[in-house]
Formats: sequence, C-alpha cells, structure tokens
Amino acid sequence: MGQTFAQKILAKAAGLPSVVPGQIVPIRPAHLLTHDNTSAIIGKINDDLEKYGVVRNDLSIIVLDHVTPAANEKTAIGHKAVREFVDKYGIKNFYDVGVGICHQVVVEKGHAAPGMILVGSDSHTCSYGAVNAFSTGVDRTEAAALMLVGETWFKVPPTIRISLKGALKPRVSAKDLILTIIGDIGAGGATYQAVEFHGDVASLDMEQRFTVANMGIEMGAKIAVFPFDTVTEEYLASVGVARSEYEPVWADPDAEYIRELDYDLGAIGPVVAMPHKVDNVKPISEVEGRPIDQAFIGTCTNGRVSDFHAAAAFLEGKKVDPRVRLLLLPASRAVLETTLADGTMEKLVRAGGVLLPTGCGPCLGAHQGVLAPGEFCLSTANRNFKGRMGCKDAETALASPETVAASAVAGRVTDPRKVS
Amino acid sequence: MKVWKYGDDINTDMLFPGKYTYTCSTAEEVKPHLLEDLDADFAEGVKQGDIVMAGANFGCGSSREQPVLGFKAVGIAAVVAESFARIFYRAAINQGLVLVECPEAVAAFKDGDEAILDVEGGKITIAGKVFEFPPLPPEILAIRDAGGLLNYARAKLEERANHETRS
Repeated sequence: MGQTFAQKILAKAAGLPSVVPGQIVPIRPAHLLTHDNTSAIIGKINDDLEKYGVVRNDLSIIVLDHVTPAANEKTAIGHKAVREFVDKYGIKNFYDVGVGICHQVVVEKGHAAPGMILVGSDSHTCSYGAVNAFSTGVDRTEAAALMLVGETWFKVPPTIRISLKGALKPRVSAKDLILTIIGDIGAGGATYQAVEFHGDVASLDMEQRFTVANMGIEMGAKIAVFPFDTVTEEYLASVGVARSEYEPVWADPDAEYIRELDYDLGAIGPVVAMPHKVDNVKPISEVEGRPIDQAFIGTCTNGRVSDFHAAAAFLEGKKVDPRVRLLLLPASRAVLETTLADGTMEKLVRAGGVLLPTGCGPCLGAHQGVLAPGEFCLSTANRNFKGRMGCKDAETALASPETVAASAVAGRVTDPRKVS
Repeated sequence: MKVWKYGDDINTDMLFPGKYTYTCSTAEEVKPHLLEDLDADFAEGVKQGDIVMAGANFGCGSSREQPVLGFKAVGIAAVVAESFARIFYRAAINQGLVLVECPEAVAAFKDGDEAILDVEGGKITIAGKVFEFPPLPPEILAIRDAGGLLNYARAKLEERANHETRS
C-alpha cells in the first residue's frame, strides 16, 4: 500500500521505512517560528536557558509582527526582551518590526522549502504547505521546550485528498475556493487530519496556494499541502532557494485516504464567510447589499502583491464609499515595496485606503482597526470569530480581495463579477 | 462541582480574547478574562474541581495557550468534549490539563446532572451512567507524568548532559 505525503515525510524524518496513521513519531523540525510571543516563551525557561543555552541558534525564526509597532509599554517591553534574547544567543533568523507578517517572511526569506518540517507557535504556520513543506502550529510551552531540546513528537495524521479540476473564473479567487471547501467540510471537518491538494494545481500560482494553505487550520487541518511543481521551483528560485537545496516529497498514487473530494474550479463563485464561524459560508447572492462599515484588505491570507493588484482593479480612479473605512495591510515590506514601485498602493490610497504597517494587529483585535458594537467589517483575513477584531458585539465576515474592494466602493457587500 | 456546558466549535478567541494575548501571559493575568466573550459568569463563578463540557472541535482557532493556563489555574478538573482541536489538545498535554474525548458522555449530559470523573480508571459517570474513554498513549503519559512538557524537556537535558559527561 502506498503512503500519503504525511506518512512519507514523517517516516523519513523519524528514520523509519514507513508509518501508519495514529503512530507517534519523534521529530526534529528544521525550524521553529515564534513571534511577539517569544518573550512569553523565553520567560518560561529563563533559568534553563542560562544553564543549557538554545539547542541550535539556527532553529528559531523570530519575527516581530503581532502588535507592531508596539501599541503600549507592555508590548514594547516584550519586543525589547526578544531583541535581547536574539543578541545574547546569536539567533540567526530574526526579523524586527516592519519586515512583515511571520508567515510571509518565512517563505519570502527562503526558510521554508519542499520536504521540510517546520513548526511554529502560531496556528497559521500551516501556510508553508504551499511550498510542499510539512508545517503546523504548536503552543508556547511546546515552543519553549523545542528551543531547549530541538525535538518533539507528531501523531501521523490520516489524510483527506482534494482534487482540483480546471481553472478559476475571472474575479473569483483562491479565497473563494478555500472558503467554499471549509464551508463544505466544516470548521472541524479536518481536525487531526492532513489535507493534500491534487489535480490541476498548476492553475494556481504561488500566492493563491499560500491563501489556500494558510486557511487549512480553519477546517482543523494539521497541514494543508500542495505538490512540488515548476510553479514552486520558480517561486523558490526567486527568493534565493536553489533546486539543489531541497528534496520534494509527495504521496504515492496508491496512497490510502480517509476522504476524497473533487472541486471544479470553474464552478466556484464568490462567497462570504458570515459571522461568527469560518464555515458559515454563503454564496454572495445571499448577502449582497448588506451595508459595511469597514473593509480590510491584507493579512497573511490575502496581503500579497496579486491581492493588491486584484483590489486595485476595482478601486483605481474610484473613491471608497464615504461610510466605509478601507484598511490596507501588506503582508511584508517586500510586498509594500513592490506595490509602491508599480503604483498599486498609490491607486489604493488615492481611492481612500488607509495604509497600515505590515503586521497582525487588526486581525486579532490587538490594535488598529478595532470595531465598535454593531459594526460590520468585510475582511480578507482568515478568522471571523466573535470578538476577533476587538469587540464582541461587532461582526466580521470574510471574502476575497476582489469582493472586499468592490464592496468598499459600493458601501455594501457586492458581487465583484457585477461591477462593470 | 459544577459542569459548564457549551456547544460545538468553541474557539480560543471565545475562551480568551485575542486582544489580551500580548498583554496577559501569566495565569493570574489570564484568569479574569477566561471565557469573557462566551460566558460572562464563568470567570467569577468557576470553582476548583469544576468540569467544562463541550461539543466537537473544542479549542479551535489560534495557538494561544492562555485558555489552558487559565483552566489549570482556576482548578478545572477536566474538559470533556466530543472532540478537540489539535493545538489545544497538545497545549493541554503540555500543561497537564486533563482532556476527555467522550462524545457519548457529552450526549448523555443534561443540565443539573452530576458528573464524576475517574481519570486513572478512564471512566466518567453522568447521572449514574458510566462511560469509558481510552487511556492516552504511553509517549503522552510520559509527558504528563513528568509534570508537563517543560519538566519532561528538563529531564531530557539532564540526561544529555550526564551522557556527555560520561563519554
């Protein structure tokens, strides 16, 4: 019997000929991602660090992004503690305030590659499945233990196989695809399972794959992974990772799956995940016309160059509805530089957009873009939980950059296909 | 002993709002905000030995571990649910919080029922009816028995240090 991606990569990492779902295997990940929470993580192991140091100074990737620039004295003190830790232990991969959102930075700086195992103390660590890596989230305590000993355990997950056919229609995006899948599978539909994408994945570019993999956790998945192909190879070459530096892994043709699903990309239309669950997915026809107070384009889900290009197609030469605040949040400085240089960001700002520093603040209600009771935000982020944007009596709904941009102009939820 | 019962897909923002994640990290800081946006009575009313019970996919969403720290700090005896999200599940193991995955017990429970938990015996009794749940795998029990993951890691570091001294 053939093996899935998860079985093959975990067996290889554990030095075993094969593994079966449910088996527990020891793992030494290539990298451990932590962010602003690094200060709380090292706070748990101060004495241990003094005694033993870190297991490897190239294990950690640390990105300050969650509450950046610091919103108050407490978060500033946390950032300072992280910088001191980085200096003291010679941590090789550190990215300070303004470089980008951790998940974008990890891939942009070439830290994630095919066949690699990465963990991170952030649930959206599953994003690097886009480049054929096995990557998943852990809690702060596990991150602390990893910094000291460099190893952990994984239970081999069973796998869902999702086969894609055809290509997405114009003004329909990868966000609509993954929201449609989550709506079908459910918020817990892939809990403790891996998700593999098969079929016509070549029709999805790397940024679209990041959007899809990023949201794997929203259906409970441990990983959401794409195969390696020329799209992956070209992207990695563009960020300085040569083909000789990695070994892709993929499922055998006769691997065993617990569930198989087929999606015709051409049949996907714009959808909106309505409050307060990501699987509360509605076709846009059911929510069209709903007034919005805030439109939010960006984040680690949809804050890349192609997302802002898609938004600009609707906002160039137009004005955001006066009742709407449009927030723009690039996923990294590199994204900002590109979209500044090609004029995209200027178009979006001239249309009325408010450019925010790269980071995670608005997405988790930490700072910037917090909502008031009764307000409704249409967002390209990945979560619409109650209270997520800082107010339990406000509502957040999720959609594609195309839908959010079209809606920002109209002042109400709008089908981007209907905009002339 | 009270059972605090909730539904499906209770996410970590409901257990502990995201806006506090970078200002509240210790158990004492977390306690007043536990379940703030889900159940305004919880933080005030919860007592040592209480049980939290819920439906499927409990603890989904963010990787924040504050809900687990908070449950431990207020003395929650166990969280009993139909199923758990994986990061929450790992966080509970790492902190030594008892999780019981037992859909039958959740289905049987009605408001006002008494719940008696026997973790070592792998049993939970709801209104006199006994439900069994499987033991944790030995690899996981070793973490719990060490008193949580950090103690487990420390033992491993000691072992490595001793090994290096000998060789």
